[in-house]
Amino acid sequence: MDNLLAQLPALQVVVPFLTVPLVMLLKPRGFAWLAATATSVVCFAIAIAMTSAILQGAPLTYAMGGWPAPFGIALAVDAFSALLLLVITGASTLTLIGARASIDSQITDARQPLFYAAWLLALTGLSGIVVTADAFNIFVFMEISSLASYVLISGGPDRRALPSVFKYLVMGTIGATFYLIGVGLVYMMTGTLNLADMEARVHEVGDQSPILVAAGFITVGLALKAAVFPLHAWLPNAYTFAPHAVTAFLAACATKVALYVLIRFDFLVFQPNLVGHDTQFAYFLMPLAVLAIVVASAVALFERNLKRLLAYSSVAQIGYIMLGASLVNDAGLTASVVHIFNHALAKGALFLTVMALAMRFGDVSLDQLAGAARRAPWTMAAFVVAALSLIGVPGTAGFISKWYLVMAALDEGWLAIPLIATIAAGSLLAVAYVWRIIECTYFAPADGTEPTGHVPPLVTGVVLIAATANVYFGIFTALPTTLAAEAALALQEALP
Amino acid sequence: MSPETAIVAALAWPLAGALAISLTGRVSANAREAATLITAAGLIWIVWGLVPELLAGGRPAVALAEPIPGISIAFRIEPLGMLFAALASGLWLINSIYSIGYMRGNKEANQTRFYTCFAIALAATIGIAFAGNLLTLFLFYEVLTLSTYPLVAHKGDGATVRSARVYLGLLLATSIGLLLPGIVWVYTAAGTGDFTPGGILAGHIASPELGLLLALFVFGVGKAAVMPVHRWLPAAMVAPTPVSALLHAVAVVKAGVFTITKVIVYIFGVDHLFSEPGSGWLLYAAAFTIVAASIVALRQTNLKRLLAYSTVAQLSYVIMAAAILKPLAEIGAAIHMVAHAFGKITLFFAAGAIYVASKKTELGQLRGIGRRMPWTMAAFTIGALSMIGVPPTGGFVSKWFILAGAFEADNFIAIFTIIASTALNAAYFLPILYMAWFEAPAKDDKPHGEAPPAAVAALTITAMLTLAFFLLNGPVIRLEQQLISGIAG
Amino acid sequence: MLELLGYYNYWVFAVLLMVGLYAVITRGNLIKKLLGLSIFQSAVFLMYITMDKVAGGTAPILQPDLPDQIYSNPLPQVLILTAIVVGVSTTALGLALVVRIRETYGTVEEAEIYEQDARG
Repeated sequence: MDNLLAQLPALQVVVPFLTVPLVMLLKPRGFAWLAATATSVVCFAIAIAMTSAILQGAPLTYAMGGWPAPFGIALAVDAFSALLLLVITGASTLTLIGARASIDSQITDARQPLFYAAWLLALTGLSGIVVTADAFNIFVFMEISSLASYVLISGGPDRRALPSVFKYLVMGTIGATFYLIGVGLVYMMTGTLNLADMEARVHEVGDQSPILVAAGFITVGLALKAAVFPLHAWLPNAYTFAPHAVTAFLAACATKVALYVLIRFDFLVFQPNLVGHDTQFAYFLMPLAVLAIVVASAVALFERNLKRLLAYSSVAQIGYIMLGASLVNDAGLTASVVHIFNHALAKGALFLTVMALAMRFGDVSLDQLAGAARRAPWTMAAFVVAALSLIGVPGTAGFISKWYLVMAALDEGWLAIPLIATIAAGSLLAVAYVWRIIECTYFAPADGTEPTGHVPPLVTGVVLIAATANVYFGIFTALPTTLAAEAALALQEALP
Repeated sequence: MSPETAIVAALAWPLAGALAISLTGRVSANAREAATLITAAGLIWIVWGLVPELLAGGRPAVALAEPIPGISIAFRIEPLGMLFAALASGLWLINSIYSIGYMRGNKEANQTRFYTCFAIALAATIGIAFAGNLLTLFLFYEVLTLSTYPLVAHKGDGATVRSARVYLGLLLATSIGLLLPGIVWVYTAAGTGDFTPGGILAGHIASPELGLLLALFVFGVGKAAVMPVHRWLPAAMVAPTPVSALLHAVAVVKAGVFTITKVIVYIFGVDHLFSEPGSGWLLYAAAFTIVAASIVALRQTNLKRLLAYSTVAQLSYVIMAAAILKPLAEIGAAIHMVAHAFGKITLFFAAGAIYVASKKTELGQLRGIGRRMPWTMAAFTIGALSMIGVPPTGGFVSKWFILAGAFEADNFIAIFTIIASTALNAAYFLPILYMAWFEAPAKDDKPHGEAPPAAVAALTITAMLTLAFFLLNGPVIRLEQQLISGIAG
Repeated sequence: MLELLGYYNYWVFAVLLMVGLYAVITRGNLIKKLLGLSIFQSAVFLMYITMDKVAGGTAPILQPDLPDQIYSNPLPQVLILTAIVVGVSTTALGLALVVRIRETYGTVEEAEIYEQDARG
């Protein structure tokens, strides 16, 4: 058993990757879906097994090809990465289980094997970013996941997806290339690509200015990938026009993974070694986070397409995650990591309900959804619960992260007042934009025509599970908070 | 059933009831309403079964989960909460009987949603009453706001939804913008938010910050409707009358004043607050609200809006009583919650009965209605007298205690406010009574009879309770006298 | 001054990077945007290749009979081989997208595409 456990970090990436060619060959209807779902379930199981191992003891490491770090590529799974793995594999599994009917309606049969193959490649890439401890390897996995995401997003029937993906592709590539430049500069000065090794060697470097430039390139590059305001321009359209299932999967984890790399890289490599970097980091990101929360929420207030509204809400929520990290203290990092988890729960559940609503009503503009609650009571009930979590109402997961964030802000002296005001304003704006949806779906009269779509019970079940998770993790919070506290501790160990 | 189990049961039972209601609602209206009544009766059995334990000095407590390290979702029953829970659960049953009469008589749509949300709101009310710390209280406070929103917006037309938006917006904005920061402040300053006899802030927060913190609580608890955060209450009068009756005369508004009283007694600590100069403004704010709301009520022409402003004034009675910061006045605050609940629910029931029977909503239309609806108007009269504070009604008892507390503290502002508001209450209620009983109906008035029997029965019961509370208030006072030991710490 | 000029590889890197970025931002033609993106990526390849050069070094093939031989650093070359593969895939995918866009919109000019979508 221990032997198997030691292999799990590698299996997390290898299992979905090796299934890709198999899935591509499965032409008969339904088989590709079955194979992809089964793979995703296995990945989820691997993530759970690793998480429980980490909760009990030491982090897991794996040397690829038997070459020890820093010479070979090392995989390392600690509390932070375990949390992300749970989010990635969980989102993929839950979405795949519920998404078959939706994918059938949006992707032609002939293309489905390729679609599922791209899905597994995205899963491979996202998991790979999280498990690897090698800076260049992160780049490779990031591009695998990004290229697969471009394919997934452009797979839908809406032609507007194409220019949106093109924009995403251009911006994503620029982001990745910036990251590559940063890694190159650090490598030039330290001669290593292993993150832990970099941490040890950066402070031996005489002239720190290339490192500073590298920090700038890496931060901006990853901020582009993570859609940190104002580099979020690619996100709303890409999420809006993607197939609904893809939106649910990517919204739950894609930007979070870029944030993971950003936080991890900065806190492991740059924070301990660059003089004054903590203030630079904070002064750069904190205003952006505040702006993201306020501006993106305000934009969401005026959107009439449900998916685009939620996409702008994602930009705002990324602001909360950045806000926690930019405080550069224990509580802030914990809040940030907890919010990565909790926001994935809320946004994943919301986009899953959007998927169900789209199947029933055909379109997800607010005009189309007038009076939807009477026709899809369970789906809308799940939507309301997930939306409450998004707002941060107590009793839901969203409240927990906001509480941690407020506690972290309180450590900041006079800064606490504007920060808490921002958090409160963001929450109130969220109330406003969520309530527009609820008013429309619950109280607006429906037009006479009965919608033709049909939602299989399996989809409703998945949606309800996702919504329940938001309540469950709002009350029994041990799992995310323990992992987050450990992650925050590990991130700070290196700090002086 | 052990008291600890009873606490969990009191929370779970109405939720189970809500589920049963929503499921049976698809089958038949009778089954749904039977489920409502059974749930309400069962809740009374559970909650009232806890009273002997409390009278014997027990303080049952239970902790469910710990979402944030050091802060749990926990419940602990003390006399104030026990009273509130007993009141809300008791009146829910009567209200359910009335609702059945009203909703059927009015042929309202979406009745299943109505009864389901009602049951959830009651679960939230019980949660507020039994909450053992600030976070738990906040949790159920928000659940109450959210679960009553569909009730307020019940009709669903444009004007209703706009009013419901005011209701929700004001309550959520104050709670997130003011109450939550206040709670966070308490937790960071005192390291705990548990409701503790004697308070927890002594030695942690002093004037002038104490006054600011008090303001965060008083205005953050928008449900208490202290001016200027009272606007949601008249707005919420667009709701069907049973909602106005139970939620806006009993559960929601009382949750507000209950929260403030509880926070003053168990978080701030009465003695600590009394010794600090920064808290004096609360009395003035409450006194101002009493007088101002009574004057506004005087100018209303719509019956329900008049009752709404009367509620705003009466709520501030409770807050003013709590702000006198003397044990007798704290008892008065608790008793006034009960007395006002009986009186105001009677008034709302009567207003609803008038609407169902005759579709009348304006004061001018009530001429001579006493002869057509004698039962309803008799109950209305008793309720109105209780608001004014005339013996032999419950309103007299609580005013007595508040006045006694005010004299103990030599607090002449409170005394004068009570006198002035009594005069104002008389000024806006007595003309209605005169019109209803002694004037002749208008010529073009269509003849009509009494409201449906279920509605009449309910309002008769609450009117009787209003009268009975004048004499049979012993158990309540005995329960609340335990507050004094709580205040001493 | 001469010292700065001595780093001419890096100057070329910086100039190419900016040329590429400029093209991506200013061109409305999707193909030209992709060309710019390729130039942008190539600039980074050049940076990696430059840094692996060790003065006097030769190709990193182990020669056991010459123990004092100086080799260039092989690692950046390997890295950049991977990065080139990534770059080619990105360009290929981008071009495939442009083909699809041309099929559905009948144009590869960004402004015209948005105009069509705005008209609905």
